[in-house]
Amino acid sequence: MTEALLVAERLSRRFGGLSANEDVSITLERGRLHALLGPNGAGKSTCINLLSGDLAPSSGRITYKGRDITHLSAPQRSRVGIGRSYQRTNIFGGFTVLENCRLAAQSRRQRAWRLFTDACALVDTLDKAREVIAEAGLEGREDRIAGTLSHGEQRQLEIAMVLATDADVLLLDEPLAGMGSEEATRMVALLDRLRRTRAILLVEHDMDAVFAVADTITVLVNGQLLASGPPAQIRANVEVQQAYLGDEACAGAAGASIVPVTTAASGHQSAAALETDP
Amino acid sequence: MRTAPRTGLIARLVALAALAAYPLVGSEFYVELLAKVLILGIFAMSLDLLVGFTGLVSLGHAAFFGIAAYAVALISPEYDPANLWLVMPAAILASALAALVIGLLVLRTKGIYFIMVTLAFSQMGFYLFHDTALGGGSDGLYLNFRPEPRLGEWLPFDLAEGHQFFYFVLIVLVLVYGLLVRVLRSPFGRVLVGIKENEHRMRSLGYATFRYKLGAFVLAGALAGTAGFLYALLFGFVTPELLSWHESGHVLMMVILGGMGSPVGAMIGAGTMVALEEGFSMLTKHWQLLMGLVIVAVVLFLPGGLRALPGRLRTLLLKGGGDD
Repeated sequence: MTEALLVAERLSRRFGGLSANEDVSITLERGRLHALLGPNGAGKSTCINLLSGDLAPSSGRITYKGRDITHLSAPQRSRVGIGRSYQRTNIFGGFTVLENCRLAAQSRRQRAWRLFTDACALVDTLDKAREVIAEAGLEGREDRIAGTLSHGEQRQLEIAMVLATDADVLLLDEPLAGMGSEEATRMVALLDRLRRTRAILLVEHDMDAVFAVADTITVLVNGQLLASGPPAQIRANVEVQQAYLGDEACAGAAGASIVPVTTAASGHQSAAALETDP
Repeated sequence: MRTAPRTGLIARLVALAALAAYPLVGSEFYVELLAKVLILGIFAMSLDLLVGFTGLVSLGHAAFFGIAAYAVALISPEYDPANLWLVMPAAILASALAALVIGLLVLRTKGIYFIMVTLAFSQMGFYLFHDTALGGGSDGLYLNFRPEPRLGEWLPFDLAEGHQFFYFVLIVLVLVYGLLVRVLRSPFGRVLVGIKENEHRMRSLGYATFRYKLGAFVLAGALAGTAGFLYALLFGFVTPELLSWHESGHVLMMVILGGMGSPVGAMIGAGTMVALEEGFSMLTKHWQLLMGLVIVAVVLFLPGGLRALPGRLRTLLLKGGGDD
């Protein structure tokens, strides 16, 4: 029995004459990781932006726990429980790791006009920040300036900040981008852990990672939903293979990785495939 | 590292003691000049809340300075001193209200557009007082009597007396400084700094940033009004030039000169600006040329402003290799 948290029905977004997303429907359920695949320009980022409220849909409907949230702004969606991370690292580079997460946690406790309390005296906020730092594997880095962290650590911090907002739905835009294989393995393990109590939408180019952790995969091509289903079904889908093989830019990578993973089955924990990846 | 806050605190207390002691030795002229510095220090701190902490570069901040100045001149009776405890809050409130209304409109824009619309609104204020009979037109208004702090029959102090007025200004400065330090440490203040660093990310973390920016804008307007109120008392008259964009640029230069993002820097900037203006104008009537050179030099060679000077000197000396 799964609980559908975020349901998007027939979302479309047009930029002038260009249809970036057309009739895209996605359901995100608690305890499940839903991966969004597609060649460059397929509309994956547009889709995340529509779900997070960074973009308004041209048509379609989004509900969260049964409530219509189509017209909520990005901050409002964050407050109901939808958190997102960014493809290009988007942190407060000049602040410490702790302050990054503290600010994120403080957003849940906006007693707006407390002008005279010391922010660091709000113990629950600070505790929450330390908790998510540990959860994202950044323990001991609390006092480092975020901008001086390694790329992989910055990606972890990005996730930690989303966790600090107590989000039930995580929209993660390429959390593995630019990571080394060791860092990627750790991140996949983290995603696997996070999935247990939350719903995750994962946009990712790393096929091995996607097939290793996803419960459901949706493939977008040219802004339209091409296929959606469990990994095994997507892997066997002829249309999907053609879409990837037909796209010259992705031909090499996608063709090479879709096929070999066939043997890895759709196990959740097998991040092992990643370690052999060049 | 651990001693840094303590030396900072000692430096602040020494500076405060020096300011408080000055009227005992200084002449009337210089006490008045120093009062002007303190008032402009409040003004510069209020702008720094926007520029240095929230990332909102306003080129119309003088509007709120001028509105409070006009407010006290307009509501004070002509032949009697007004009551300080009524006119001071009223003048500050006038500026805060103006900031609320203007903020609701201008904060919908960003970057260069924000600079332009704040400039436009302050010019509207300038022409409102310049071209209508409301505030005496281009001649401005006289404030014949400084307000008196009457509590029933009791007059605890007398602002008409130069030294007492100076100490009143000094106390207000300390209160404004203390208020800003507290606010910047509060959850609200942290959000402002987050907005300056990365507003987009603040929104995706669930902050409706507009409200916070509006709060900062109103607070900055009220504090600029506090400065404008004192300025009107100091000189006894107000003119439309108080709201002009020259004045807005002037206070922005103070903030840049002293170092953005620090109330102390803003005060240093105000003091340096007035000192240089006085010094250069004694040397030559083309003093503004020299002033411009100083600003350019600071921006080019001291990006953190004068406040960053001790740190820069320290690293220079250490790099020089001498251990003496």
